[in-house]
Amino acid sequence: MTRKYTEDHEWLEIAGDIATVGITDYAQQQLGDVVFVELPSIGKKVTKGGDAAVVESVKAASEVYSPATGEVVEVNSDLEAAPNTVNDDPHGKGWFFKMKLSNSGELDSLMDEAGYKAFVEGLA
Amino acid sequence: MSAETLFTTPLNALHRELGGKMVEFAGYEMPVQYPAGIMAEHLHTRDKAGLFDVSHMGQVKLSGENVAAALETLVPGEIQALKPGRQRYTLFTNEEGGILDDLMVTCFTDHLFLVVNAGCKAEDIAHMREHLPSGVTLEVMFERALLALQGPAAKDVMNRLGPKGAELTFMGGARVEIGGIWCTVTRSGYTGEDGFEISVDEDKAEALARLLLEQPEVMPIGLGARDSLRLEAGLCLYGHDIDTTTTPIEAGLNWAIGKRRREEGGFPGADIILDQLKTGTKRKRVGIRPEGRAPMREHTELTDASGKTIGEITSGGFGPSVGGPVAMGYVDTALASEGTEITAMVRGKALPARVASMPFTPHRYHRG
Repeated sequence: MTRKYTEDHEWLEIAGDIATVGITDYAQQQLGDVVFVELPSIGKKVTKGGDAAVVESVKAASEVYSPATGEVVEVNSDLEAAPNTVNDDPHGKGWFFKMKLSNSGELDSLMDEAGYKAFVEGLA
Repeated sequence: MSAETLFTTPLNALHRELGGKMVEFAGYEMPVQYPAGIMAEHLHTRDKAGLFDVSHMGQVKLSGENVAAALETLVPGEIQALKPGRQRYTLFTNEEGGILDDLMVTCFTDHLFLVVNAGCKAEDIAHMREHLPSGVTLEVMFERALLALQGPAAKDVMNRLGPKGAELTFMGGARVEIGGIWCTVTRSGYTGEDGFEISVDEDKAEALARLLLEQPEVMPIGLGARDSLRLEAGLCLYGHDIDTTTTPIEAGLNWAIGKRRREEGGFPGADIILDQLKTGTKRKRVGIRPEGRAPMREHTELTDASGKTIGEITSGGFGPSVGGPVAMGYVDTALASEGTEITAMVRGKALPARVASMPFTPHRYHRG
C-alpha cells in the first residue's frame, strides 16, 4: 500500500485500483473542531480537483476535493455521528471515502510523505 | 489588507505568547482562537470563565450640558432617565429607520461612556461629531483597552480581585480597582453569561490580563468562540444580523425603543420605526434550528414548503453548548412563529429547519 498527498491537504492510501481518501493532520489542525462532514453518495463520479465532500468546523465550511478521477465505492458513515473523529484520527478512523481509480497515471503527480512534509514546512 | 497596515491591541504580544491564531478582524489583528480551540474555549466560558480582548471596539466619552438629551437625538433609547452607574443597549439609527450601529451607553455622574463596534467606530464618531451640538464634548478614548471576563465564575474572580465590581448587577457600571489597577467596569457582555467588561489604560492592560489569566477559573478566549457564544445567546452581530437595511423592529429589538421615546420620537427614522412598532413589519428576525446536523450559515436561502423564498440566514453555525447547529435570520412575518417548518437551501439541497425561540442557551445574567 502506498500513501500519497495533495497540495489541498488530502491523503490517499492506494491498494490496487482502490484509494481511501482523508484529510491530513495539518488540515484538521487548520480547520479546528470538526462538527459536520458531508460525504459523497456511493456511485458518485468524481474528478481530480473536483468537489467530493464538505467538512465543517465551528467557524466555517470547507470543500474536500477529490485527489483523483474515479467513482466513490464506500463512505465512512461513522463520521456523520462522530465528525470529531477527523480531529482525533485524521489518517486512520477519520477517513472520508474510498474510490475506484479510473486513471492511475494521475497519481504520479501527487506527493509522497517526505514531499508533503516538506510542502507543509514550506507553508509555515 | 496587508499585515503591515493592521492595527493591533495592547495585548497583541500576549496573544502571540499564548499561541493565539491571529486573523484580520475590522482592521485589527486579533486572535480567532488559542491552542485549546473554539469548542473548548466556548464550553469553558459557559462552565467557568473566559477572558476576551475586545480592545478593537470603540470607547467614547461624551460630556457637557444635557448630554443625554443630545445623544437621544441620534438613538431611540431612553438615555435621559439612565441613572449614574447604569448602562443601556441602544442603536444609532438613520432617517430610513435602518441601523448604523448598536452600542452600549453607561451613565456616570459627569459623562456618558459609549462602547461601539470596531467596524463602525470611525463612522460613528464622525456621525456624532456632525450631529451632536457644540455643547457636547466627544473624547475618543484611544488610550484605553477593553477586556471582557465572561462566565459563571467571573463573579468569583471579580470578588477576589476587585470586590466592588462584584457588587454590580447586570447593566451596572462603576470605577473599580482590580489588583491595584483602576478600571471602568460594567456588568455586561456578549455571551449570555454573567460577566464584566473592563476598560483599562492601555499601558496597564497586559498586567491586568495576566492577573486575570492567573486565576484558576480563567482561560483566554478568541473571536471564534465569542461569535458562537453570542449566536447561542441570540445576540445580534452588526453587519450581519442588523445593518442599515434592517430596522430595530424587523430585528426584534423593540425593547430598545424607550417608552417615552415611543410617544415623543425625536430620533432618526422615528416616523418609520414608530409606525412599524404599531403596524408590524413584513419580515422578522427569528431563531432557526436546523433539523439535521449540517450547519446553516450566513446567506443561506430560506424557503417555504413550495420552494418560495421567505428569507435568509444572517448568522449560523454550530452551537457547542447546544450540541448542534443553530442560526438566526429574517423570514416573512407570516412564517415567523415558533415551530414553523421551513426549508434551507444548503449546497443545492433543501434541508428542513424550524423557527425557534432565542436564546438557544438561557441567559444567566446577574440581575441582583
